[in-house]
Amino acid sequence: MNFVSRGFSRRRSVPEELRDRLPPGQYVERGFPVLTAGPTPRVDMAEWRFRIDGMVGQQREWSWEEFAGLPFEDVPCDIHCVTKWSKLGTSFRGVSVDTLLEGVEPQGGYAMAFAYGGYTTNLPLADLMGGRAWVVTEHEGEPLPSEHGGPARLLVPHLYFWKSAKWVAGLRVLDHDEPGFWEQNGYHNRGDPWKEERYWND
Amino acid sequence: MERLTPVEQRAPGRWQIGTVAAIRQETPHVKTFRIELPMWVAHLPGQHYDVRLTAPDGYQAQRSYSVASSPLDEGSVELTIDRLADGEVSPYFHDVLVEGDQVEVRGPFASYFVWRGESPVLLLGGGSGIVPLMAILRHRRRTMPELPMRLVYSVRNADDVIYADELGDETLLTFTREAPGGWAGHTGRIDAALLDGTTDTSGVAFVCGSNGFVETASRLVLDAGYDPRSVRTERFGPT
Repeated sequence: MNFVSRGFSRRRSVPEELRDRLPPGQYVERGFPVLTAGPTPRVDMAEWRFRIDGMVGQQREWSWEEFAGLPFEDVPCDIHCVTKWSKLGTSFRGVSVDTLLEGVEPQGGYAMAFAYGGYTTNLPLADLMGGRAWVVTEHEGEPLPSEHGGPARLLVPHLYFWKSAKWVAGLRVLDHDEPGFWEQNGYHNRGDPWKEERYWND
Repeated sequence: MERLTPVEQRAPGRWQIGTVAAIRQETPHVKTFRIELPMWVAHLPGQHYDVRLTAPDGYQAQRSYSVASSPLDEGSVELTIDRLADGEVSPYFHDVLVEGDQVEVRGPFASYFVWRGESPVLLLGGGSGIVPLMAILRHRRRTMPELPMRLVYSVRNADDVIYADELGDETLLTFTREAPGGWAGHTGRIDAALLDGTTDTSGVAFVCGSNGFVETASRLVLDAGYDPRSVRTERFGPT
């Protein structure tokens, strides 16, 4: 921390009441940037399924209509992208992963979220439970746009946003941890923004 | 192939203090900064570096910028930076930094939007989305100039053309707002007719630009028959 950039001073001011909500190294973004490694996949709603499989006592699967019958809740939250922007005070609506896991009887402590288009991201099951993770289908009162992961994406706002898999198709319960897509490509295994866990050796 | 694809390091380096060795004005609002690094490692074409600015009061701002240079340029990286009027880091680079200044950087990062020598290659760039594509184009010129590679580059007007003197026969340029006087080439936004003849679905496509550009361009290459797994995208800026 001894290095000082000659002639640099803060240009973006963060309102005092929001300062505690901005993790280190992040800035406030009012828009909602799109970051995706590949093209936006075309997801056919008639074919859409969300499933929980892997090391489970009881595998579960929902069609779009069945999923829509689950208890939804509003999720006001802040989201933090590893590319440095944070969006504060946004909201989603979806089904808690706790609800989805009811009756599944997980036999392992880890999960791999998988998505239409082939994306994967790994999480400890503990990060998906306890009212901290959802499968959401609405953003700020509107159906989730496809470029933001619609029809449904995972939402895990306490971790960097690459963990909130777009176009999520399911969760595979594992008895061991395995790196997902970005985790294999240099990004941190857990991704806690408050610890600034961006890359492998953070 | 050793020269083409450097030893791959997936974990990024540590923060280090580089020295600005050269600054080049590319367009009225784009400059390239050549930064010499004490702990340089070869990047893969397409990767980016993080930059961290620290104010005297300890306040820090970080941003990511794509590397424009070939990894054959040992000891330094070139970052091409678009000046965003309401930005915090890019105006500092443009308005404050001079040659000889020091800047804290870390990288290279993210081994997905990278070229590892696959062929043939279609590059689709919108505006400053050209930057990581130029690293790919430059590296191919210096390692395998015969490797089939096409660049389709969409810009608003002549003032927006970065690296103008390096664009050769492989490049198809289109002006979306105002073509220069006497321009006989393409105008208007990227579309299927423009891509006709540039696509080869046995290869890979790299698409970089604004979100709108990437959505349109990646949809076009999928419609042309590319496997979605062969289409890598990178998006700049807010929606």
